[in-house]
Amino acid sequence: MSSTKYILGSFADPDDMMHGIDKLQENNISIYDCFTPMPIHGIEAKLGVKPSRLPIAAFCFGITGLVSGISLLYYTIVYDWPMNIGGKPALAMPDFVPVSFELTILFCALGMVATFFFRNHLFPGRAPRVMDLRATDDRFIIAIDAKENTDYEKINSLLKEAGAVDVLHNERKYVSYE
Amino acid sequence: MSSHNESILREPLITGKDITYAQVTNDILLPVENKPNKAWWIGFTLASLGALLWVFCVSYTFWVGIGAWGLNKTVGWAWDITDFVWWVGIGHAGTLISAVLLLFRQNWRNSINRSAEAMTIFAVICAATYVVSHMGRPWLAYWIFPLPNQFGSLWVNFNSPLVWDAFAISTYFTVSLVFWYTGLLPDISSVRDRAIGLKRRIYSILSFGWNGSVKTWQRFEIVSLVLAGISTPLVLSVHTIVSMDFATSVIPGWHTTIFPPYFVAGAIFSGFAMVQTLLLVMRKVMNFENYITMFHIESMNKIIMTTGSIVGIAYLTEFFIAWYSGSEYELYAFQNRAAGPYWWAYWTMMTCNVISPQLFWFKKIRRSIPISWVLSIVVNIGMWFERFVIIVTSLHRDYLPSSWAMFYPTWTDVGIFVGSIGVFFTLFLLFLRFLPGIAIAEVKLLLKSASLQQKAKLIAEGHQAPEQVEFFKDSLVKFDSITQEEINELK
Repeated sequence: MSSTKYILGSFADPDDMMHGIDKLQENNISIYDCFTPMPIHGIEAKLGVKPSRLPIAAFCFGITGLVSGISLLYYTIVYDWPMNIGGKPALAMPDFVPVSFELTILFCALGMVATFFFRNHLFPGRAPRVMDLRATDDRFIIAIDAKENTDYEKINSLLKEAGAVDVLHNERKYVSYE
Repeated sequence: MSSHNESILREPLITGKDITYAQVTNDILLPVENKPNKAWWIGFTLASLGALLWVFCVSYTFWVGIGAWGLNKTVGWAWDITDFVWWVGIGHAGTLISAVLLLFRQNWRNSINRSAEAMTIFAVICAATYVVSHMGRPWLAYWIFPLPNQFGSLWVNFNSPLVWDAFAISTYFTVSLVFWYTGLLPDISSVRDRAIGLKRRIYSILSFGWNGSVKTWQRFEIVSLVLAGISTPLVLSVHTIVSMDFATSVIPGWHTTIFPPYFVAGAIFSGFAMVQTLLLVMRKVMNFENYITMFHIESMNKIIMTTGSIVGIAYLTEFFIAWYSGSEYELYAFQNRAAGPYWWAYWTMMTCNVISPQLFWFKKIRRSIPISWVLSIVVNIGMWFERFVIIVTSLHRDYLPSSWAMFYPTWTDVGIFVGSIGVFFTLFLLFLRFLPGIAIAEVKLLLKSASLQQKAKLIAEGHQAPEQVEFFKDSLVKFDSITQEEINELK
């Protein structure tokens, strides 16, 4: 057994990388993940990544905000201390709209982004787990787990054939740790 | 797919020859990774002097109270609220560019959204300072939020637009900040992975550990889309609520139902003008000509012209309704605006906001960088006068003629306004120095579809209709970043 942990196919062009994914999948080689400097449309379908459920989370947060807003207004100006302003009713629904709306948006945005950061383990100070430092610059990386896929020669040639400019055999999973 | 073929009938969004992904990163990170040039230092020195003036004048206001301003019993709101609305209005373009144009799939937003969003955030910061300082006792500013009754005898009055405003502005600021920062994460990571030593450590903290995996990008795109979807009604609601600060009162000249759409159009108008002012300088000084092209400039000028026309129609409608409604107080307020002691402010507003943007009907003017720049500043002067006219001319003729008065600003008023421009530019220049001024990842997304080199390649393949090629070549003439030889080479 070699000490290689991950094989990285480094592509200079996103279309070549997509081609590489096809090649590897035709040969039953499982792909660990891809790292790209920009979003690649259509890659999720190729890799079988399920659609994100964040919109559902966003909707739930939004509803929470709406209910919180209306409850806050109802409690403060209708229930707890109704004010008589020119004899008008305390429960003035049109006046509820702006604040309830703003709170809906606020809860929705903050909740959704917090969920995104939580699910992807993004937070200030987290050590970046980067497999190739050029993946945020100009390289499109396919990472293959070398313990699961042991036919290195074949992987090398498949990646090269698809147009990889470089194939790396990394002994460490992440190169970004100091 | 990153390289779907876009019709050559569309103008390119990225010009230049042989631009690679690496070059995009290099070009955009140049100012971040190197020492700033002389232009930056001169700008920064001037801006921070302005910021110091602001600190001094605001401190002075806090020390002696609102009496430091030129307000009187009749004109109880003047420069403070004028400046507040002006800044909030400017703060509308960023979110509009990043949200509305994203929903409409206007890809040209990709190279201007980052700096426009930054501008939004800094403008809202400037605006918020007026809200706080005009309260008289700024250390009690948190009383505007609903706090339990132990803090006072009553809850805040949720029927008041001023309370709505506090919610709207704080929500707007928070959501814009989150939108901006989430979009920055991949670009901060680009800086991080190219840096060494302490710089890498700092950008590493700022990058939240972003790594660009498939799932991260997938969620990132969904988050951007949903944020755009909720920011669009938000941005419209913010200036609507700002306009309600006036419209729900019974002051002649304020009490009009046209205010919300009229204010929103005015906000977009002034916001785009400020984006234009900043971007035209930025693209020159930082050599971003290939990413912020003549097409971007022209598109923004068209938006300025459209919204300027909406604002113009609103002015005329207001005037017409003042007469048509038969309300003599309303009519007087408008006659007083046009011919009263503040006639010069009214006509400055009319000239700058209604007449000057109409010049953009001419292609030559729309495509001239110096004229666009001057006009963008003219528009912002006009929009400042619009708020001044609405606020001061409506107030200075009180219900009783014995209370009629004029407003004269003190040096503190002027100092806070000039100073806030300094604060704005200080923050903006620091942003350009330390963070990528253009969204790198989003520009890369366009490189293989909407760039000149991609379209040149399509033409070289020879499957394009000759008349379409001719059309494309004609459309390139206006670009200052494309030479005539480059156009001739296309075939």
